[in-house]
Amino acid sequence: MLAVEAATVRFGKRTALDAVDLEVADHEIVCVLGPSGSGKSTLLRVVAGLQALDGGRVLLDGVDQAPLPVHRRGLGLMFQDHQLFPHRDVAANVAFGLRMHGVPRADRDRRADELLDLVGLPGAGRRAVAALSGGEQQRVALARALAPRPKLLMLDEPLGQLDRSLRERLVVELRTLFGRLGTTVLAVTHDQGEAFALADRVVVMRDGRIAQAGTPLEVWQQPASAFVARFLGFDNLVDATVTGTAADTVWGKVPVPEDSPQGERELLVRPGGVLIGGPKDGLRCTVGVRTFRGHHVTVTLHPDDGPALEAECGLRDTPEEGAVVGVTFDPAETVVLPEHSP
Amino acid sequence: MVLARREVAAARPVRRGNAVRLGLMALPVAFFALFFAYPVVAIVGRGLKADGDWQFGRIGTVLSRPDILDVLWFTTWQALASTALTLLIALPGAYVFARFDFPGKQLLRAVVTVPFVLPTVVVGTAFLALLGRGGFLDDLWGVRLDTTVWAILLAHVFFNYAVVVRTVGGLWSQLDPRQEEAARVLGAGRFAAWRRVTLPALAPAVAAAALMVFLFTFTSFGVVQILGGPAYSTLEVEIYRQTAQLLDLPTAAVLTLVQFAAVAGILAVHAWTVRRRETALRLVDPAQTARPPRGAGQRALLGGVLLTVLLLIVVPLGVLVERSLDTSGGYGLGFYRALQSADASGSTFLVPPLDAIGNSLRYALVATLIALVIGGLAAAALTRKAGRLVRGFDALLMLPLGVSAVTVGFGFLITLDKPPLDLRTSWILVPLAQALVGVPFVVRTMLPVLRAVDDRLREAAAVLGASPLRAWREVDLPLVRRAVLVAAGFAFAVSLGEFGATVFIARPDNPTLPVAVARLLGRSGELNYGQAMALSTILMLTCAVSLLVLERIRTDRSGEF
Repeated sequence: MLAVEAATVRFGKRTALDAVDLEVADHEIVCVLGPSGSGKSTLLRVVAGLQALDGGRVLLDGVDQAPLPVHRRGLGLMFQDHQLFPHRDVAANVAFGLRMHGVPRADRDRRADELLDLVGLPGAGRRAVAALSGGEQQRVALARALAPRPKLLMLDEPLGQLDRSLRERLVVELRTLFGRLGTTVLAVTHDQGEAFALADRVVVMRDGRIAQAGTPLEVWQQPASAFVARFLGFDNLVDATVTGTAADTVWGKVPVPEDSPQGERELLVRPGGVLIGGPKDGLRCTVGVRTFRGHHVTVTLHPDDGPALEAECGLRDTPEEGAVVGVTFDPAETVVLPEHSP
Repeated sequence: MVLARREVAAARPVRRGNAVRLGLMALPVAFFALFFAYPVVAIVGRGLKADGDWQFGRIGTVLSRPDILDVLWFTTWQALASTALTLLIALPGAYVFARFDFPGKQLLRAVVTVPFVLPTVVVGTAFLALLGRGGFLDDLWGVRLDTTVWAILLAHVFFNYAVVVRTVGGLWSQLDPRQEEAARVLGAGRFAAWRRVTLPALAPAVAAAALMVFLFTFTSFGVVQILGGPAYSTLEVEIYRQTAQLLDLPTAAVLTLVQFAAVAGILAVHAWTVRRRETALRLVDPAQTARPPRGAGQRALLGGVLLTVLLLIVVPLGVLVERSLDTSGGYGLGFYRALQSADASGSTFLVPPLDAIGNSLRYALVATLIALVIGGLAAAALTRKAGRLVRGFDALLMLPLGVSAVTVGFGFLITLDKPPLDLRTSWILVPLAQALVGVPFVVRTMLPVLRAVDDRLREAAAVLGASPLRAWREVDLPLVRRAVLVAAGFAFAVSLGEFGATVFIARPDNPTLPVAVARLLGRSGELNYGQAMALSTILMLTCAVSLLVLERIRTDRSGEF
């Protein structure tokens, strides 16, 4: 469906996109994930034709899009802050794309009603855009983007400005909706939770390059680099020398899964794999800050030597702050990172 | 960093954009080249050339004459003083019109705009009747101001009050009050919030208004001609005197160049300041921002503005009406009846003076259309910030405001009289000259609003399948419709009141209202004077009615915003 080949965009000396390759298959939902400034929005603008390429190509169904101006590409794009037309009502916003494509009035009206039903705003057609809440604007923007049945729907931080509970509900709704309609989606977000809940495939970007691509599970289980691991919220990272199924670190010997990459590496221990025992078992640590997370408690542990560790504990067996404990590691929750990040 | 980024980011799409922009600019450029640059250059050439050689030495000779230096000095300082005084008096008015709702607001808005469209000669006469010998104030308190510069300054404020109220108030009414509220919450006092948030947002509009006022007063003609007497003379008056009375074309040409250079300099500075300040603003529906005045302070402000309007604008206009009815046999419609026949005023007219009303409306309508097309294309081309070429174009559009109208009118006569452009006998000549003055208004009114439209709205339209032209029609045009109507109002008004150029090119059998008034004023006798007053009153009422219609359209459409 969509193929981006070696896309490069430079803003002066800064390279916003550095030879990015990306493919999106029919009916696939791909989420580009990255911190701000990683080039993810630029990628969307390149595909939409709003940003010219300094190198590389954008192909849709195998056709190079370079000669096609924005309005002939037949794509949908939902802007971060919606960009609804303030001088038109809800129905006119939704029907805008259809009008541009010369759809007769009666069909437009029908389709607009249909889409407003679909996004959960039945009968809102005559309302003024300014009178809508953030969540409603969001839904109208979605309906507007979907109305002309775009080949590919692009979402720029689709849920960025909404409150948390609304976001969690909408992300499920969106995924169900896209699944039902068979929409091909390319979304960008900086929120990993949103990306993992929405996407079939996640692409992590950093400084205009792709840091890792894969299914949410793959990326979650096997971060390719310390950058990806940190971006996903994992902080238990340490330099290690891997020999067989053991890694030599400042925390002592840490068991790692079989077939792990060997030699000088970075090692990630997921918080769930940090097991707290009596002071005599394993690495001696002092208990620091405890953070309540709902289903568990995150405990910061300070070893005598080396960086601090985060551990996940059950609600009942959390050690007291200041207590001295011993730490062992679960090999199933350790990952030897394949790439050494700079 | 951010700057560099924007420029390079724009590099590629701009190439196609440049072609579009050049296409949009083609018609306005052709229009200005043909109907502005060509006549002006031709007449300057005539003044500075002798036996086919340029005589640039004449510039130095003229400029070292003490009488000319006096004229230059007076022109400059009275323009500065008039501008400052106008801003001081009109800015509270702009605020009141933008933020307050009160009964009769529409009517009042039309009332303050009327002076702006009156022929300068009539404004001068009205103030003479008010402040001069045997005038209103002389009768009441024995106060006469016609021998002082105050008469000129007050007439200029009277004339330009609407410029500030419309330009500044128009934007002010669309500024989101929540911005100021946000500043208040952050700890800014009422004045600090205004100074830090509203004032910077208004600055381009204030600068634009100040520039317009300065230009009008710098090139002031009719008002100074009547009220200045022999003591005070502006450049434009001097150009007219040299051209029409002394037939000294070389001196007139030098003065035209001086005025041109001064104005070009001012415009360059203005373009620079505006470009530095113009940012994307959050515009909202003016209906949402206006509230009835609350509290003693706000009511006092409203009262003060109403009193100002009454004293400054309604009283002079009232004196005008009073004079038009003050026949020798007591108050009556005698002067108006006399306007219906051509021979009531001797040989002054070939047609009944009343015909001038139809002529004026027709010409002004055509001139407005031309100004909207030319100015609209230019504003569309200028919307996106771009290179030096475009900036130069921006400045070019403003030049007609600064170039002597007398020179332009005279230039039309000597250049557009031979094939392929023999327009001397064509009625279109008058609307063309009037449109020239209207275009800057259209551009100045539309451009700030167009530039304030968020670019991503256009992108959203493009992604949904709108071509650039369609996106302009669907996004920009509806958002600037209010500005277009305001621009049309301005263009119509200045076309209706244009005098300096029209007086040279209007044909004797097709006079416009201002020309007819001037002709009547130029003749002695009570009947001529009374008829001039009657015709001025009709012109004033015509303008008031047109503006009221325009205000009506404005509010009808505002429901869509």
